[in-house]
Amino acid sequence: MATIDYHWQRFSSGQKLARFSVYLFFITGFLYSIRSVEVIPEFLYDAPEQMMDLLSRMWPIDYSFYPLSVHDAMIETLNIATLGTLVTLIFAIPLALMNASNVVASPVIHWISRFFLVSSRSINSLVWALLFVAMFGPGMLAGVLAIAFRSVGFIGKLLGEALEEVDMGSIEALRATGAPWGAVMLKGYWPQVLPAFFSIVLFRWDINVRESAVLGLVGAGGIGVVLNDSMNLFQWQEVAMSLLAIFTVVVLAEILVVNIRSRLI
Amino acid sequence: MAGLNSMAEGNKQNPFNRSGWNIVLWILAAAYLVYSVQSMGLSGERFLAGLGHASTLIDRMFPPNFERWELLLSGLGESLEIAMISSVSGIFLSLFIGVLAARNLMPAWVSIPVRGFIAICRSFHPVIIAILFVKSVGFGALAGILTLIIASIGFIAKLFAEAIEEISIKQVEAIRATGASFSSVVIYAVMPQVFSRFIGFATYQFDSNLRNSTMVGIVGAGGLGGTLFSAFQRFDYDFVAAILITIISLILLWEFLSTLVRRIF
Repeated sequence: MATIDYHWQRFSSGQKLARFSVYLFFITGFLYSIRSVEVIPEFLYDAPEQMMDLLSRMWPIDYSFYPLSVHDAMIETLNIATLGTLVTLIFAIPLALMNASNVVASPVIHWISRFFLVSSRSINSLVWALLFVAMFGPGMLAGVLAIAFRSVGFIGKLLGEALEEVDMGSIEALRATGAPWGAVMLKGYWPQVLPAFFSIVLFRWDINVRESAVLGLVGAGGIGVVLNDSMNLFQWQEVAMSLLAIFTVVVLAEILVVNIRSRLI
Repeated sequence: MAGLNSMAEGNKQNPFNRSGWNIVLWILAAAYLVYSVQSMGLSGERFLAGLGHASTLIDRMFPPNFERWELLLSGLGESLEIAMISSVSGIFLSLFIGVLAARNLMPAWVSIPVRGFIAICRSFHPVIIAILFVKSVGFGALAGILTLIIASIGFIAKLFAEAIEEISIKQVEAIRATGASFSSVVIYAVMPQVFSRFIGFATYQFDSNLRNSTMVGIVGAGGLGGTLFSAFQRFDYDFVAAILITIISLILLWEFLSTLVRRIF
């Protein structure tokens, strides 16, 4: 007769140990970092005071600054975000195809594409912008390329995952008719990933609007240039205007994207 | 048979016909593309000159120069400390803020202001928040930590609140029916349903904090970004390449570790 285990446990002891060691790792890492990081505590104490001082300098917001330079810079920022998202597709679609195991069945090609995708994601857009400003000089072109190279990893990874979730039945049916590779792509894979594709691209566009707003800090065009100039001149009321414009555009972009995405899916 | 034929006659219209709106949208998109490329002021010679600069830049980047590895290592250490402190405290705070923002657990007068706070945290790029913190708490790691805590709250608390809103309410009602207090409801009815997703968000956020901690230094908020930016300004491109390689390998290592962590939970 089997004995009944009256003491119920959700996890086995091995699982408990593994979980405990993860917690332990993070807590020791946290405590060690707190002890060794170089923070001047006096700076932390008067932070609220300094913050209030900054905010009081920003008030009242200088609305007259908007037509002078914020408007054009904001349009340029949106152009950078949109063009960057379009340019990124040129690189991201081939890499996504290379990364999907049901499209290309070669581990070597997977590793090559994964290397490019990870490099693109791990280098921040500001660093990409620094590199492209060094190449093409300050301006919108550097910003567009920075956004494009930064987004490749995101779109390539998510699109590759969407491709792997495709129902293979219709693909096999198409292959059985002797359809060439291009036809399998266009009529087999494409209709199935279409909603995911637009949803990923729109999501990335939303992120890119945020990112392109700061690229100007290193000279890559857009509202960041205006922001940087007013900050260097300590014109905090103009800074507040730029921040307000960025906030409004980012919120509007997010509302737009959420609405379109909810209709797509 | 005749009926079938007449039905086929009546349905000659292509079911995949493009609608008029679709065509208008494509024309608008093409017009926008032409306009925005023109606004970029792109000329062929500038682009070719840029490609020339790119090849000299890459020439000077290779071979990467690891001679100043001590500087690299101290920057890396500070970046790791920033990432660790900000992730642990940001994720911990998000646990509470996420519960407060969930509309199915909290009355509207709590959830609406909390959601507003999360929206403000989300809508500014970490770099802009970093600039404001550098102005208020001074240069150094503290500004970076505060920035990334805000960024973590903006991301995790939002997703966590959404995850809580999707839970099955049955368990909550069952626990409430026993007369349990609010904290017991959260611990025994809500947490088991959302904890695995929370771990997913947390590992993702640690990953993005790690990447951002190598970037906030560009505006003076501590970490490897400062080393990178000063190497850029001194045209030490071989050292820049060494830093970039370090960042990429750090992210690759974390991707490997995070799959391990996700397998444990």
